[in-house]
Amino acid sequence: MLDKLALYLSKPFVQNALIVGVLIALCASLLGVTLVLKRFSFIGDGLSHVAFGAMAVAMVIGLTNDMLLILPVTVVCAILLLRTGQNTKIKGDAAVAMISVGALAFGYLLMNIFPTSGNISGDVCSTLFGSTAILTLSKTEVWICIALSLLVVVFFIFFYNKIFAVTFDENFARAVGTRAGTYNFLIALVIAVIIVLAMKLVGSLLISALVIFPALSAMRLFRSFKKVTVFSGILSVVCSVAGILISILAETPVGSTIVAVDVVVFGICWLIGLITTGGNK
Amino acid sequence: MSYIQARNLSVGYEGEAVGEQINFTVDPGDYLCIVGENGSGKSTLMKTILNLQKPLGGEIIIGDGLKKNEIGYLPQQTPVQKDFPASVEEIVLSGCQARCGLRPFYNKEDKALAQENMEKLGIDFLKKRCYRDLSGGQQQRVLLARALCATRKILLLDEPVSGLDPKVTAEMYELIRNLNKEGITIIMISHDISAALTYANRILHIGENIFFGTKEEYLNSNVGRAFVISHEKEGEDHVG
Repeated sequence: MLDKLALYLSKPFVQNALIVGVLIALCASLLGVTLVLKRFSFIGDGLSHVAFGAMAVAMVIGLTNDMLLILPVTVVCAILLLRTGQNTKIKGDAAVAMISVGALAFGYLLMNIFPTSGNISGDVCSTLFGSTAILTLSKTEVWICIALSLLVVVFFIFFYNKIFAVTFDENFARAVGTRAGTYNFLIALVIAVIIVLAMKLVGSLLISALVIFPALSAMRLFRSFKKVTVFSGILSVVCSVAGILISILAETPVGSTIVAVDVVVFGICWLIGLITTGGNK
Repeated sequence: MSYIQARNLSVGYEGEAVGEQINFTVDPGDYLCIVGENGSGKSTLMKTILNLQKPLGGEIIIGDGLKKNEIGYLPQQTPVQKDFPASVEEIVLSGCQARCGLRPFYNKEDKALAQENMEKLGIDFLKKRCYRDLSGGQQQRVLLARALCATRKILLLDEPVSGLDPKVTAEMYELIRNLNKEGITIIMISHDISAALTYANRILHIGENIFFGTKEEYLNSNVGRAFVISHEKEGEDHVG
């Protein structure tokens, strides 16, 4: 088994998958803490369905580089969704649900009305649940992913204190002059970028898992924002490496294996939390 | 000149006014209590003073060297905060945001200020503890320490004692009184008319009738007498 692993690890496509997997998992978990605490756990789900819809449109009109369409559309939706927190004609969760299922339905509809390949259900299934795409990354895609991930991490470190202030108490932050609107906008922008990247890894149905599980696991164990953030980053990276390796060895689908590992780890953290706090929290 | 001066102010949201023709001034050293029935627009007025929302009419003039971001604020707790994993230190430090501007990290002075305010409010020993594990009174002290990091001049308190038991409530009021004696101007929203009359030197009553003046003037006004009596009754009803 170790031989098999060593053999795979020497292949460039596996190395690429690991690099991209680690980076995406890290980025997703960093903002996950904020999103979970702001009660936006489902935004990942909503946005990834939007990305799915945009991808269907890109496929139908025959764009060679579908990123050109998916990224801007997702970013716009992310900004709209995170804005609804302020004017509450439609509550945040309802808005997410609406956009989410709406985009999913339209995407699937378009793919059926204007089929571009013989195997529609195969196409749909692979975009929803992630596919072998992570194993067929081109050099350019890997570099784009590295660059964007670095940007996300740098953004997060530099604005860490502002993100904390805005997440913990937006009204207070605004009252003392923090430009909460701007930071919410930036958070929306970054989360959209992460989701578009993560679609390649786990597919659009499972993205929420990458965003919320590490954060929730870390919250079982730690009591300060910094520790929760750092630990959820570490957990997320470990889970995604483990998931990718297991999926290679056991020949299971990459995305769902990573998510399964995340779920198991959450269970473990929950248990440890229960034992250490004596079931108080 | 006054720190804050409101002229013919109307407050509300989505174009609907909940309070109109509000006039008042806040001078350095004042202790102003805003009282009124539920839904009379007390919190909305406070948000308008803080520039979190625009006035529907009239104006608020900030003066006497007070800058807009020098107003410390003790908001009511939000549901998000109830299970928020953050240490006391992290929260108090976040009050220094106003001083940071675009600077991304806290410097030594910020940390010293946070430490000083934690000591002042007697929560220094809690600084590594998680906010959500604290009692209601301790949580309010944390938020108060954070507000003090943001200002040396004026504090706006939105129902600072709601949900606290009588003993902790009394301690909280003492704490606020002491801050006022040290020269920090206080604006407080309160349900508790007897506390307002004990501690404040000025009263702003909003609702159907609007009154602004000193405590003594309020007690001699029709608005004030009616409100005080109705609340004393309410108190007796609770006891009975």
